[in-house]
Amino acid sequence: MKNGGSGKWQAILLPLIVAAVLLLAWDAAVRVSKSDLFPRPVDVLKGIIELAQSGLLLKYISASLFRVSWGFGLAVLVGIPAGLALGWYPRAFQAFNPVIQVFRPISPIAWIPIAIVWFGVTDASPVFLIFLASVFPITVSAISAVQNMQPVYLRAAQNFGLSQSELFRLVIFRASLPQIITGIRIALGVAWLVVVAAEMIAVNSGLGYLIIDARNAGKRYDLVVAGMVMIGLIGLGLDLLVRQLENFDEVRWGYASKQ
Amino acid sequence: MSAISVRNLWMTFPAKKRGADPIYVLENVNAEIEKGEFVCIVGPSGCGKSTLLNVIGGFLTATSGQALVEGAPVKGPDPRRIFVFQENGVFPWLTVRENIGFGLRRQTNVERERIVAHYVEMVGLAGFETAYPRELSGGMRQRVEIARALAANPDIIYMDEPFGALDFITRLKMRADLVRIWSAEKKTILFVTHDIEEAVQMADRVFVMSRRPATVQEVVPIDLPRPRDLDSPDYLEKRDHIFRVMGMSLRVGETLAV
Repeated sequence: MKNGGSGKWQAILLPLIVAAVLLLAWDAAVRVSKSDLFPRPVDVLKGIIELAQSGLLLKYISASLFRVSWGFGLAVLVGIPAGLALGWYPRAFQAFNPVIQVFRPISPIAWIPIAIVWFGVTDASPVFLIFLASVFPITVSAISAVQNMQPVYLRAAQNFGLSQSELFRLVIFRASLPQIITGIRIALGVAWLVVVAAEMIAVNSGLGYLIIDARNAGKRYDLVVAGMVMIGLIGLGLDLLVRQLENFDEVRWGYASKQ
Repeated sequence: MSAISVRNLWMTFPAKKRGADPIYVLENVNAEIEKGEFVCIVGPSGCGKSTLLNVIGGFLTATSGQALVEGAPVKGPDPRRIFVFQENGVFPWLTVRENIGFGLRRQTNVERERIVAHYVEMVGLAGFETAYPRELSGGMRQRVEIARALAANPDIIYMDEPFGALDFITRLKMRADLVRIWSAEKKTILFVTHDIEEAVQMADRVFVMSRRPATVQEVVPIDLPRPRDLDSPDYLEKRDHIFRVMGMSLRVGETLAV
């Protein structure tokens, strides 16, 4: 960079300029096309304020976050131990890996009809779908973390006479944690994508439901886009949150150092 | 009774491809190492000296013959004998203090603190107790591993080219430190290296291995007082003798007689 001193300013200024240009272009496009369906940015902002004042926004956001917390939380609780075990015991890996590989490419969206049959139009349906979406990235990252663990850690552990449970807790889990966290980050991103899709079909609340409901009940496209904006912002917030996990001293060794 | 006895030890690895010959690594190795002795094993690269150490350490099983430690056949790794690895086995997710205390899980907190503090001091890492390995230099990380081995209070320490990845100056310093620590602790040390100077600077005796399939070609006693004078004729005599045993010339540019 030529003027390195202004690097910090540029990091804030450049994205702001791009965002401003996009907003202006959007606004201009709606005005030029004289669309009475498509909202201008200011309409969307008004829509968000309207939703916030009516209390719907908070209600729907918490509904969506509630489902993601459960589905994702269960996936973490199941995926990490399952992945560690499958990575460690070659027999178990041989037995289960083909099944995992068949289930993994099935989009969670494809499970919606089955989820409704099993769980009905209740919170359990999206929770199940989010669980399905996030359990595979977590499990697979844990499996590969164990399989690619540096053998020297294992030999050192054997040398110090660890019991099987100590070996898992003190070495295998700790050595796999950086890669597991990467899997968790991917999983949370997918979970947030899936909750919106699930809520459009399987339930009557949440940000996904807000979008489909705003369109069906009176073509309120300002609220449709308002819902989209909220989804984007919250998704970004969630990612920033999990990213903090990578800064813990216990796992920082596992990531290439950023100079 | 010897601390370590190796008797008629053979090691053959199966062929990598079908139809190829198996790999004969060790051929009838015999050795006796006394308690408290500092023994170095030298030999050409790839001769199987690390394999020998791994068999004695219990990480590999010999094809035939046996390794005995304190009279008992080696069945596997044992916390009474700690291995220091070439590739550094310090756990990157633990601090210096936690790494050094790793072998002390069964001790009380007070006792563990005391032992860790003692070895932190001994290997010169005071002030770095809460640092993580990634914040340390290669030499410091290797000191952490040595301290972790010592803290577990083993009878024997096996070292597999532990200074191989360090720069020349750091290596010299680490050798001096290791000899000083060994003098204070009186552990049996079995140290594998391809560096003849390293062996002569530190060891009571040097086992010179032949090329593969390797056997002990000669045992060279290094009866020089410590600290050793690296310019003394006696030191150079020992060093050059081992070079000759290994069939090497010290004159750069001359064709090797191997």
